[in-house]
Amino acid sequence: MDMIQSEELIFEYEKRDEEGNVIGMNRAIDGVDIHVSPGEFVAILGHNGSGKSTLAKHMNAILVPTGGTMWVNGRDTKEPAELWNVRQSAGMVFQNPDNQIIGTVVEEDVGFGPENLGVPTDEIWKRVEDSLKAVGMLEYRSNSPNKLSGGQKQRVAIAGVIAMEPQCIVLDEPTAMLDPNGRKEVIRTIQELRKKKQVTVILITHYMEEVIDADKVYVMDSGHVVMHGTPKEIFSQVDLLKKYRLDVPQVTMLAEELRKKGLDLPKGILRTQELVEALCQLS
Amino acid sequence: MIRDITIGQYYPAKSVIHRLDPRVKIVCTLLFLISLFLQNSILGYVIATLFLGAVICASRVPLKFIVKGLKPVIMLLMITVLFNLFLTREGSELIHIWIFRITDKGLRIAVYMAIRLTYLIMGSSIMTFTTTPNSLTDGIEKLLHPLNKIKVPVHEVAMMMSIALRFIPILLEETDKIMKAQIARGADLESGNIIQKAKAMIPILVPLFVSAFRRANDLAMAMEARCYRGGDGRTKMKPLVYHGRDRAAYVVTVAYMVLIFCVGRYVPFHIWIF
Repeated sequence: MDMIQSEELIFEYEKRDEEGNVIGMNRAIDGVDIHVSPGEFVAILGHNGSGKSTLAKHMNAILVPTGGTMWVNGRDTKEPAELWNVRQSAGMVFQNPDNQIIGTVVEEDVGFGPENLGVPTDEIWKRVEDSLKAVGMLEYRSNSPNKLSGGQKQRVAIAGVIAMEPQCIVLDEPTAMLDPNGRKEVIRTIQELRKKKQVTVILITHYMEEVIDADKVYVMDSGHVVMHGTPKEIFSQVDLLKKYRLDVPQVTMLAEELRKKGLDLPKGILRTQELVEALCQLS
Repeated sequence: MIRDITIGQYYPAKSVIHRLDPRVKIVCTLLFLISLFLQNSILGYVIATLFLGAVICASRVPLKFIVKGLKPVIMLLMITVLFNLFLTREGSELIHIWIFRITDKGLRIAVYMAIRLTYLIMGSSIMTFTTTPNSLTDGIEKLLHPLNKIKVPVHEVAMMMSIALRFIPILLEETDKIMKAQIARGADLESGNIIQKAKAMIPILVPLFVSAFRRANDLAMAMEARCYRGGDGRTKMKPLVYHGRDRAAYVVTVAYMVLIFCVGRYVPFHIWIF
C-alpha cells in the first residue's frame, strides 16, 4: 500500500476582484497523480506558484481536494472522520520557523503535538526526549525558542512533528527562510532521521541541491506534475528544467556545459565526486 | 529601545519560585496585589517591601530586569502621582504656588500611590518572569475550570493568552524592523507634536497588523496540523500537582496577608492610617 497516493487531484479556489466578488476559479492543482511508498524520500520541486505547497497541504488535510482523491496511509483525506488520523500519520513542517512554534520553551513545544493526541504524561516526556535527541536539540530543551537560530528553530519544529510519531513527514519548504548554514543543518537532520526512524519524507523545495539524495523527484509547474523520476533522470534534462524556471545543481550545470563543448561525459551528474571520476576516465 | 519592554517575558532560572505550581503563583500574586490596598501605613509598606524583596531574592531574577519592566508604565505612574499631588485639597498646606497647592495628605497619597503601583507591577511581573506562559495558562485554566459548567470557554481563552504572550517578543522585534525600514525610507518618527507623531505611527502599525494576521493564520494552520482540536481529550505534559513547597508558599502568603491585615487594622499608627 502506498504511504501517500493521489489520483486526479484537483484543487480550485475562487478568484475574487477588489470588492470580493467571485470572478472565476483558479486551479492551483490540476489532475495530479503521485505515489509515495513507505520509507521513501520524495522531493517535490517547482517554481513559485507551481502548486507544490498547495499539494503539500493536501497531504495533511489542511486543504481538501475539490476533485479527485488523496489517500494518506490508506485513508481518504476527504472523510471528516479520518481527519485526525490523517494529520497524525503525516506530520507537517512549515516554512516560517517562528510561526509554527507554539510553546515558549523548546520542550513544551515538542510536547504540544502528543498532548493534543491525548498521550499519557510519562509517554509524552519520553517522546519529547527521543525526538529532541533525534534532531540533536536535547541540550536546548529548556531554552526559549526566540533565542535559537533559524536552523535550530526548524529542527525543533521537526522534533515537534516526530514526537507525534507519524509514518510520514511532509516538509513544506523548510529551508526557504534560512541562511546556507541553517539549510545544511536542516537537510542533515532530515537525512539522519531517515536513517534512524525509517520515516517517509516528502520534501518540498526549490533548492536543487537538497533533492540529490531523494529516491524520487516530482517536478510541478502551474498545477501539473510535469516530470517525475530519479534525480539522475530529472537532472539529465537540463533544458527542460530551465523551461520550468528551475536551476540544476552547479556540478550538473558544469558537466552539461562541458558535454556541449564535446567532452564525453554521462548525463545527469549530481555530485562533485561523480564529475571528478568521470573526468578522470576521459583519456 | 522597544525591546526593553520586559513585562510578560519569561526569565529562565532555577529557583524555588520557578518550580512553584503556577496556581500558587497566581493566587499568591493576587493576594499580594490585594494586600497592597488593604493597608496604608508605613509599617504595612515595610512588610510588603520585605515580602516582595524576599520573593525577588528567592526567584533569582535580577532586580535590574524587574525594574526595567517598569519603564513602559512610568508615564502612567507620573500622571497618577501628579494628580494625587496637586488635586488633593484636604490636609494642611505645605506649598502654595499660584493655583497649585500641595498638602501633606496629598503628598502622602501620591507617594503611597507610586509605591503601590510600582509594587503592583513588580509583583505581577515576578509571576510572569518565573512562570512560562504555558504553565501560567495551565494554572489559569485549572483555576477557572469550574467556569466550564456555565459554558465559559476556559481552555480556549487560556490558549489565546499563552499564544499572545509567546508572540510579544516576536512582534516587538518586528516593530523594530518595520520602524527601521520606514526610517530608512525617510519616515520621520521623532519630530512634531503628539498628533503628528501619532500620524507617523500609521506606516508602522499597518504593516505590523498585516504581518500579525499573517502570522496568526500560519500559526493556526501549524496548530491544526499538529492535531490541535481544543481542550477535549488533551493530556498534559506537565500536569499540575501540588507539592510540599506549594503548600508552604500558600502558608507563607496567608501569614503575610494576616500580618498586613492586622497592621492595617490594629497597629496604632493613627497618623498614617486613613
